[in-house]
Amino acid sequence: MANTDIEHGSIGEVVTQRATLFDRDAPLLLEGGATLAPVEVAFETYGELNAQRDNAVFICHGLTGDAHAAGHHGNPARPGWWDNFIGPGKPVDTNEFFVVCANILGGCMGTTGPSSIDPATHKAYGLRFPLVTVSDVVRVHRALIAHLGITKLRAAIGGSLGGMQVLQWAMDHPEDLAAAVIVCATSRLSAQNIAFSAVAREAIMRDPNFHGGDYVDADTRPDAGLAIARMMAHITYLSEEGMRSKFGRRLQNGTTPRFGFDVDFQVESYLHHQGEAFLRRFDANSYLYLTRAMDYFDPFGNTEEAAARLADLDLPFLVMSFDSDWRFDTSHSREIVRVLSAHRVPVSFREISSPHGHDSFLLVIPEYHATVANFLRRTERAPHRSSHAS
Amino acid sequence: MRLDLGLIADMVPIGARVLDLGCGDGDLLSALIRERGCQGQGVEVSSDAFHACVSKGIPVIAADIDDGLTDFTDDSFDVVVLSQTLQATRRPARVLHEMMRVADTAIVSFINYGHIGLRTRLAVRGRMPVSPLAPEQWFATPNIHPCSILDFEQLVRSEGLVCAERHVLGADGGPGGRWAQRRPNAFAAAAAYVVHRSDRVRTGPR
Repeated sequence: MANTDIEHGSIGEVVTQRATLFDRDAPLLLEGGATLAPVEVAFETYGELNAQRDNAVFICHGLTGDAHAAGHHGNPARPGWWDNFIGPGKPVDTNEFFVVCANILGGCMGTTGPSSIDPATHKAYGLRFPLVTVSDVVRVHRALIAHLGITKLRAAIGGSLGGMQVLQWAMDHPEDLAAAVIVCATSRLSAQNIAFSAVAREAIMRDPNFHGGDYVDADTRPDAGLAIARMMAHITYLSEEGMRSKFGRRLQNGTTPRFGFDVDFQVESYLHHQGEAFLRRFDANSYLYLTRAMDYFDPFGNTEEAAARLADLDLPFLVMSFDSDWRFDTSHSREIVRVLSAHRVPVSFREISSPHGHDSFLLVIPEYHATVANFLRRTERAPHRSSHAS
Repeated sequence: MRLDLGLIADMVPIGARVLDLGCGDGDLLSALIRERGCQGQGVEVSSDAFHACVSKGIPVIAADIDDGLTDFTDDSFDVVVLSQTLQATRRPARVLHEMMRVADTAIVSFINYGHIGLRTRLAVRGRMPVSPLAPEQWFATPNIHPCSILDFEQLVRSEGLVCAERHVLGADGGPGGRWAQRRPNAFAAAAAYVVHRSDRVRTGPR
């Protein structure tokens, strides 16, 4: 029964597309009350939308992801961030599904965010960009699928912040989804999670080049702060075991310590590289906005409102965690399962064994991929509740 | 489907929300969903069985029931089923207690180690009992807490619970014969019970 033999095919070359959603007459109304118009969205699609327009799957990306989830942009050696997961014969099988992935609101990879130009001032928004929530991100996703002529998704799928979007989407608009897949996510950040976010933001905002968020006008960037934020976050994406086996206490050059403050251990060099590489592709203000959206995320927080919404929820969920993930450890996923189940929502859950920490959701782990593939194959006909049940 | 599962299926109210502990490949839940309009949720520790359930579209949580039913809140189900697994748990009393926390109706089936054949094997031959329902030798059996019908009923009473129904089963899993009906502790190969909390107010499936 177990399908652990996933064949690997590539989608090939893809291009990022753009859509302009919302306008001044019908702007995006944010949860905080502010409005935005227009909203540019960068997105990619893989596979073919069928004639009934009912085979679409939406991929929600994590904190620093982008629309380029699968295929490649000309160099097959540098595929999208979830290429091992999306493609012909892969868990999200493009032979069957039409896959949509979009950069999220507040991001910096083509979708409107704090680095976009404010039409009112013709300057980058900076910190004048309104605070966005995960619900707001979902609002833009919904506008995009409407733009593509899709009214119902076979599934929304996401890891980490992507999984949080899926949970929010299911609670805000269950009618949009036939199924939900949530991997290594949370229904609310813990104090420790928020603490890490807070320190990352402090590193950015205390960088002398931050200029209150208007660093573009000052023709500079808070690179030191953003790199430190990324380095610290990266530690939380790996596990102690993963770091031990990958780096141990090995030195960068030779076996003799240099006894100085320069990069000496391999793990330092690795983090440095991660920090520097991040600067080339990410905007510091986006990092502030998106981590803040995560901090405030708490869809089960108001128990009465959550209960009312969950009472209407009748779509199957697949929730998964990884045993070495300490950013959002299994207790976070189990809390989602517990609340969904308490409200009679059909939910499948599994903790997958992997030494790779939070990043496991981006890796090929046969048990994990097989579970998603098997679940998606049944999204349409899932008999979790028969039609004549009360 | 195993014969005893058919019998258990008949004991579940139409339209109930059912938690099946150790649901295996989901055969019982499939039948309950299809034939009795139930809403099903499984718990299963085996990876292959987990995949089988997911492939059938049956909601399943990968967990060991000996770790407690922490994924489920109080009274979140109408019926909780534990089929031929109680005797294989590390702490049967705690498992029963947890079951009665998440639902006010439990259906529990188990192998009756009070059966005359098993008694005879131990008493006359001095060997640990094996039976068609529990064929493994003592060192290989998962049944680490064997009990008889009398033992189970005593546990239910001591936990402050009530046995509302008892169905005795033959070795084939079907209904037990005349002797099994008359003297179940000695002649039933297995038994299935409907257990309620004693303070239960009958409301039926919600």
